[in-house]
Amino acid sequence: MRTRITWGRALAWIVLWLFVLATVLPFYWMLRTAFSDNQALAAQSFSLLPADFTLGPFKRVFGLATPEEALAEGGSGASLSFWLYLRNSLVVATAVTVGQVLFSSMAAYAFARLSWPGRDAWFAVFLGALLVPPIFTSLPNFLTIKSLGLLNTLPGIMLPSLFMTPFAIFFMRQFFLGIPKEIDEAAMIDGAKPWRIFFRIILPISAAPVTTLGILTFINTWNEYFWPLLVGQTEESKVLTVALGVFRSQTPQGAPDWAGLMAASLVAALPIVILYAVFGRRVINSIGFSGIK
Amino acid sequence: MTTTALDRPAGRTGGGGVPAGPARRRPRNQLWPALGMIAPAALGFLVFYLYPTLRGAYLSFTEYNVLGSPVFVGLQNYVDMAQDDVFWNAVRVTFLYVVLNIGFQTVLAVGLAVLMHRLTRSVLIRGSLLLPYLIANVVVALLWFWMLDYNIGIVNAVIDAVGLPKVAFFGDEAWTVATIAGVNTWRHLGYTALLVFAGLQMIPASVYEAAAVDGAGEWRTFWRITLPLLRPVLVLVLVITVTGAFQVFDTVAVTTAGGPGNASRVLQLYIYEQAFARGHFGYASAMSVVLFLILAGAAFAQMRLLRAGESDLS
Repeated sequence: MRTRITWGRALAWIVLWLFVLATVLPFYWMLRTAFSDNQALAAQSFSLLPADFTLGPFKRVFGLATPEEALAEGGSGASLSFWLYLRNSLVVATAVTVGQVLFSSMAAYAFARLSWPGRDAWFAVFLGALLVPPIFTSLPNFLTIKSLGLLNTLPGIMLPSLFMTPFAIFFMRQFFLGIPKEIDEAAMIDGAKPWRIFFRIILPISAAPVTTLGILTFINTWNEYFWPLLVGQTEESKVLTVALGVFRSQTPQGAPDWAGLMAASLVAALPIVILYAVFGRRVINSIGFSGIK
Repeated sequence: MTTTALDRPAGRTGGGGVPAGPARRRPRNQLWPALGMIAPAALGFLVFYLYPTLRGAYLSFTEYNVLGSPVFVGLQNYVDMAQDDVFWNAVRVTFLYVVLNIGFQTVLAVGLAVLMHRLTRSVLIRGSLLLPYLIANVVVALLWFWMLDYNIGIVNAVIDAVGLPKVAFFGDEAWTVATIAGVNTWRHLGYTALLVFAGLQMIPASVYEAAAVDGAGEWRTFWRITLPLLRPVLVLVLVITVTGAFQVFDTVAVTTAGGPGNASRVLQLYIYEQAFARGHFGYASAMSVVLFLILAGAAFAQMRLLRAGESDLS
């Protein structure tokens, strides 16, 4: 097909590319700053390349720089347990992803493919939880975690989202509804029980939506700030997002350690960027209105 | 957790969408295995969704500082709220933020979605536009806090180079809410545009062909065909983005912490401070009840005003 190049079309392309540039350039700026020396940032605020290229900011983030080195490049002398925060974030996000996806899938299977009295009513009740904003449940949940003695522990951060979210159940149920009934009926005639059918047949053929849900859950948990801020305040229980907020306020009077801050942000964003690079198409395609046809 | 909350919409959500057929064909009652399978999810639902919802509503009628036990005070918290200037200021700031954020974001997202729809199916372009949405609020906030820094941030460096006066984006009362709204617009734009884009793909090509045959230009087609047919999708997008916007917290907490003065003290930040910095759990709960009601009201109003259920396609 011949595409007619018109002025309007060319202009539309330019505008679209401006949007893309405006989206991507700030990330480049983060990268460029993360390899800069704070002392040189002011003088070279326009330079597209790092100001006096150095690995110092990353050394500061991972506690590899001596206090003198850190101060010389405009960092704070204080050390950060970044590895610990990174580990905490990984543990929390992984556990929540595995738990939430497994338990929500099990529930979704019961709601989609088993027949039992009260099923649809219960599903409606579960789904009703979507209407309640997180802030509303966060305060009482804080009290619950406190009385369980789990304040400032990783399980305390995980627990509220470990078992289900209404969205995860809804998402998996939509998929399970689409699997032909004949599949489990045949298995049932062969004498298989629902648990076996779920783990041996339904779950394996649902690898695609399970992966998508897993990625979305991981990203959401990784990025969460409000809840871990409430229940994970100690060094041992801090996740990356919470630590980043602190990293900023730790900088001494005068100019903040911008380079170190950007290096830390970059490290915090990296796992998501890698995940996105590998599974990007899945994430992009998951955004839509599969509910309305 | 808004990512694809979007897959939720009307139609198949309720129990009504499930055909009653299979139950009759297969009279076997699978209650026991079903109970076993929903048990973990049910535990999570009861302990971390249902119970806190009821408890939150109850706490809003109590005075509670976490150390003692809640004391029932009736409507006292709500009476206090009505007289609390900081609360009313927080409501005003939050609404201002929502209007600015949703305003910028929706207009730009519709424009961007139409551009993509008319020009390209490139996954790379869609992928880059979505990237900011996948990065933590905290990281995005810090990135812009740096770029918009008054002294050496790139944006002010450019403004200065052009010869205009520098702007204290986060430090100037007149700018701070607009700045935060802008930062979050940047983060959510690609996501919102992809949602609208998905809606555009549901409009049958035949409608456009008919319009082209009738000699309608791009502009006219957009206003007379695309926008009206997009309405049901647009309502869902608005309900989701508005609900999220009312709960803005991360960006504010990381950058201005409510300042300068109270200029960016949004509702959720004020609730957080009352509960955790001052130990007023009852008062904070009462305010989150109000926020909940505002959200429900806003969602309901949007559905009604924009007639979400009806489609012009039929």
